[in-house]
Amino acid sequence: MEEKILEMLADLCGDNIVKENCDINMVEADLMDSLDWTELLVWVEEEFGAIMSPSEYTKEEMETPNKVIEQVKKKLAEQGLA
Amino acid sequence: MTLFADSWFFILFTILAIPAVILGILEKPIKYYSFAVSIVFLWLVTKSNLPSLIYLCVFCAAELAVLELWLYIVREKGRNSKLFWLFLLLCIAPLMIYKVCGQFKVSVFAFIGISYMTFKVVQIMIEIYDKVIIEISAFEYFSFLLFFPSILSGPIDRSRRYSKDLERIRLRGDYMEMAATGVYKILTGVLYKFVIGAGVYQIMPFFGLKTGLAADLIYMYSYGFYLFFDFAGYSRMAIGAAYIFGVEMPENFNAPFKSKDIKDFWDRWHITLSHWFRDYLFSRLMMSWMKNKTFNNRLVMSTCGFMINMTVMGLWHGFDFYYILYGVYHGLLLSLTEIYQKKSKFYRRHKKDRSFIIVSTFITFNLVMFGLFIFSGRFTALLGIAGSAAAGTGAAPGHSVLLKYVYHWITGVSGS
Repeated sequence: MEEKILEMLADLCGDNIVKENCDINMVEADLMDSLDWTELLVWVEEEFGAIMSPSEYTKEEMETPNKVIEQVKKKLAEQGLA
Repeated sequence: MTLFADSWFFILFTILAIPAVILGILEKPIKYYSFAVSIVFLWLVTKSNLPSLIYLCVFCAAELAVLELWLYIVREKGRNSKLFWLFLLLCIAPLMIYKVCGQFKVSVFAFIGISYMTFKVVQIMIEIYDKVIIEISAFEYFSFLLFFPSILSGPIDRSRRYSKDLERIRLRGDYMEMAATGVYKILTGVLYKFVIGAGVYQIMPFFGLKTGLAADLIYMYSYGFYLFFDFAGYSRMAIGAAYIFGVEMPENFNAPFKSKDIKDFWDRWHITLSHWFRDYLFSRLMMSWMKNKTFNNRLVMSTCGFMINMTVMGLWHGFDFYYILYGVYHGLLLSLTEIYQKKSKFYRRHKKDRSFIIVSTFITFNLVMFGLFIFSGRFTALLGIAGSAAAGTGAAPGHSVLLKYVYHWITGVSGS
């Protein structure tokens, strides 16, 4: 699952650096714009069936690949999908 | 009595704040007391108009019933998009009835704060659908909807954030710091609204109503500054009052005239409103269009999203033509900004340059001022477009009422 997420992030960012440095701040590095974030939420729902609400997260809670993985895992556990 | 407007309100607020401060200092929960104070203020504000009080009660109870039923359906039957639309309609029905009847001069569901309460209800409804909210406590619901600092004109808080604040007991030092910030915010809010805002407002009739471009420009800039100081001042007072009652109400303005582009502006002007629209309309449109693969071009998709988002925001202010035009204008500005920022190599190369930012800020400031000029109703009035009530007085309808209260406040005569 982690690999899938990293693959998707690399796709969205158009940069493989997110696979190498999982603590890179994707907001500050200008790698993701707001539509990329939206696309990520849609993808998580389609791929894992977990509903991630755009109003639930602040940018800070999802700014690095590691944080994204952590939030997705948390959501899957919450909705009984893990 | 009018909230945050007449002297009686401020006197009573000062008295009623004392027990809240004592509870805060003693590290006891303020939430029950703050709810009682909200009820007292609501009663004082609506007692001269009993139908509005009845509408208010019916609204709150009916919406709670709708939300509880919705919660039950989502829990038992899962997410159903057809039912989603039905329940969304149920949530906004009172506001729609109120607005449509208002067009025909009939007052149905006319009570203070209906627009802002509807935002809160819809937020809960959508987050139930997203399974972010899985239960509703009736006390928290009523406390959230009726919290007196924000009932009239925002800021629009979020229910989960608000509930966390209710449960949180701050350490004495933290609370005292927060309450002191609250007092500071109220005082600067008073300065903004009743001194600077009301002062700037005087410029408009004296210099801004003559014919000619110069007068129109004076009107445009003075109205823009007036609206900022009036509304940002009001928001500061509301946020300050909330702080004293232990609620860390979100900020509503953040130096909007310093925005470096229009997107930045909407992160600084009426923030809780624009972020509400971002989270509950714009993002949802984007998500559903992405799922259905409605567009194969992202720029076209976001342009459509901006146009719908801002037009609805304009409509929310009222059905008058100039409000709709205001929304469309900002939709266009956001779309053009998005296209420019995505397509222009010049932008990518220079966006961090100091001189670029200065020019961009200057242009944004003037575009924003022109937008507020549209909002004032004066622009359409000058063009001779019907339905512009502001032609004679030079202000949007609601603001002449505001001005009345300013006079009440300055002269010490209490408003009703």
